[in-house]
Amino acid sequence: MDFSKLKKQVILKGGKILDPIENTIKKSDLVLEDGKIKALGKFNSNKSAHLIDCKGLIITHGFCDLHAHFREPGREDKETLESGSMAALAGGFTRVCVMPNTNPPIDSPEVIRYIVDRSEECPIYIHPIGAITKGQEGNELTEMGTMLSEGAVAFSDDGLPVTNSAIMRNALEYGTMFDIPIINHAEDLCLKQDAVMHEGKVSTHLGLPSSPDLTESNMVHRDLSLTDLTGGRLHVPHVSSSKSLDHIRIAKRKNDKVTAEVTPHHLFFTDNDLQKFDTNLKVAPPIRTTSDQKALIKALKDGTLDCIATDHAPHTIEEKEGTFDLAPFGMIGLESCFGAVNKVLVKENNLDQLDLIQMLTTRPRKIMGFNDNLLDIGVNAELTIIDPNEEWIFSRADIQSKSYNSPFIGQNMYGRVKYTICKDHISVI
Amino acid sequence: MKHRHLLGLKDYPAEDIKSIIDTAFTFKEVLERPIKKVPSLNGKTIVNLFFENSTRTRISFELAQKRLSADTVNFSASTSSLKKGETFKDTAQNLEAMKIDAVVMRHPTPGAPLHLTKYIDAIIINAGDGTHEHPTQAILDMTSLHEKFGYLKGLKVAIIGDISHSRVALSNIYGLKTMGAEITLCGPATLIPPFVEDLGVNVNYNVDEVIEWADALNVLRIQRERMGGGLLPSIREYRNLFGITRERLSQHNKELVIMHPGPMNRGVEIDSSVADSDQAIILNQVLNGVASRMAILYLLLGGKSEGGKD
Ligand SMILES: [Zn+2]
Repeated sequence: MDFSKLKKQVILKGGKILDPIENTIKKSDLVLEDGKIKALGKFNSNKSAHLIDCKGLIITHGFCDLHAHFREPGREDKETLESGSMAALAGGFTRVCVMPNTNPPIDSPEVIRYIVDRSEECPIYIHPIGAITKGQEGNELTEMGTMLSEGAVAFSDDGLPVTNSAIMRNALEYGTMFDIPIINHAEDLCLKQDAVMHEGKVSTHLGLPSSPDLTESNMVHRDLSLTDLTGGRLHVPHVSSSKSLDHIRIAKRKNDKVTAEVTPHHLFFTDNDLQKFDTNLKVAPPIRTTSDQKALIKALKDGTLDCIATDHAPHTIEEKEGTFDLAPFGMIGLESCFGAVNKVLVKENNLDQLDLIQMLTTRPRKIMGFNDNLLDIGVNAELTIIDPNEEWIFSRADIQSKSYNSPFIGQNMYGRVKYTICKDHISVI
Repeated sequence: MKHRHLLGLKDYPAEDIKSIIDTAFTFKEVLERPIKKVPSLNGKTIVNLFFENSTRTRISFELAQKRLSADTVNFSASTSSLKKGETFKDTAQNLEAMKIDAVVMRHPTPGAPLHLTKYIDAIIINAGDGTHEHPTQAILDMTSLHEKFGYLKGLKVAIIGDISHSRVALSNIYGLKTMGAEITLCGPATLIPPFVEDLGVNVNYNVDEVIEWADALNVLRIQRERMGGGLLPSIREYRNLFGITRERLSQHNKELVIMHPGPMNRGVEIDSSVADSDQAIILNQVLNGVASRMAILYLLLGGKSEGGKD
């Protein structure tokens, strides 16, 4: 990936502009000046401008990820805000919300401030999600109001569930004052025990400790009920099971404060793929069955799921090359996201290209309250340029993250991010 | 042999299981001679890599290797500085550097032998990977059944006990199904894995009905740890419902072969009076264990392999 400062004037020529707010795809050139959107229309090249040939390409809003682990502070050997930013750019993401399960956790206004300050130097926009409870211990609420004024955008103890229902109730209730999403990593740890995969036919053959889909859906159901009770806002992360979708679908009929996301890996893989004991497929919640996968795709189409989020979770090779029981949960996902979801959803399941782009742009942005129109004249350019039809194989060389724990390596992808423009810089991928 | 390694019996070809069993019978004759040694694996080096204690399995393999004149090295995790997964790769690469011909591995984690094939060129034999497979145990069980009955196709075998946590059960199910036997699992519902129907077996919680049905019972060890996890109320309850006792067997007027992979919890899953009776072939299993492992080592290392890719 080549990363450089934008020239004073840039002409994106010959492409189509996909506007996820207006719901349109139109042929148009786009001129950038001083890193801002200057004009749309038809333009001839001139000597001083940097011309980028966008023939056959789609220009759209920069992607927004609601769920990534950048490991800073504490595990800079896995990822930093900078390396995570480069991974994001390689995947077409210009805006990423980072989870607070760092060391120390992002559980105070001071740590929020630290992330916000450090992000200023980074080539993308990074928004910290604050912890729900102090130390992510599940006991005491964090100073949400003060953390919000320092730059937090949502709250989650991700990596861990909020097990205590009274604390979860309080978090949702307290959150109503600020109208921000509460994100709970839904896994009933008592039911989960030492499980490392989904309980199903495949786990019976592999002999690996497993836990059923109820491990997730029971807690999703509890969270939805508490949302009803409190009038709070709930965002359900990385939904993996058909049963959870049933609960969310019903809840959404009467409650517009519920939103939900799905990861590329839960859309792309099934538990059958675990037959080779690839530790990169060890994730929480686990990869589930073909019928869960089908249900997730359907739920994206019918609006039960709002958006796609990567749950980018870097781990060192040393941790992942051990045996299955010892490997930590999680895989990276920013770089492989578009090629994977475009393949599964657009190519194989006839989702409209425009819908998919909304699931990566306007819909996640709306959940976090980022509502600017990125194609307005005068705004700072935050654009992603994709080739929707390129067939390619994801490889180690496509990874910008410090870690490369990805089961997508070697997989066929469809559609590819070619350029990402953000903060007056361009990444050529 | 179709596969270069013996990682498990899932999808293992029937003709290869057959030739292992046939070869085991040949080696059993060798074991009954005054001089019990053959030069078949002279010059081959085999490492017994045990990340978990299992004296019987290790001794059985070691003896099989010595009878075949192979050079044997024992490497157990508890006697080295080695601890858990981070150094798994180091251990593997060290072995690889030492130019050995085969590794016999026992490991507590499912999939560990497959994992080892990534780092090592030697032939890998799975001596038990957690709650996944224990193919050599299943082969020796099948050898013992074949020896006793003269056939496996249509044989009715019941596996009694903790199926969920048993590598012995899973490998036996795969192997016996491939050879055409019928299988019924019997044990507490909490110790029968979910989706067990996918394995092509019957489940019956009534041990007396199972005894009526079966030609042979393979009785598995009940580990006392299972009590803690809320899976079993008590030993007494287990004995009452599933224990293979003299009284229970005497209520059934039939010939029945009793097996146990060992080590036994006498007085828990099986009574001494049953284990030591004529209908038990438990000690025969032990001798067949050496013969079967000789057969496996011989067929995988002895140049009879057709260079199968695995
Ligand atoms: Zn999570």
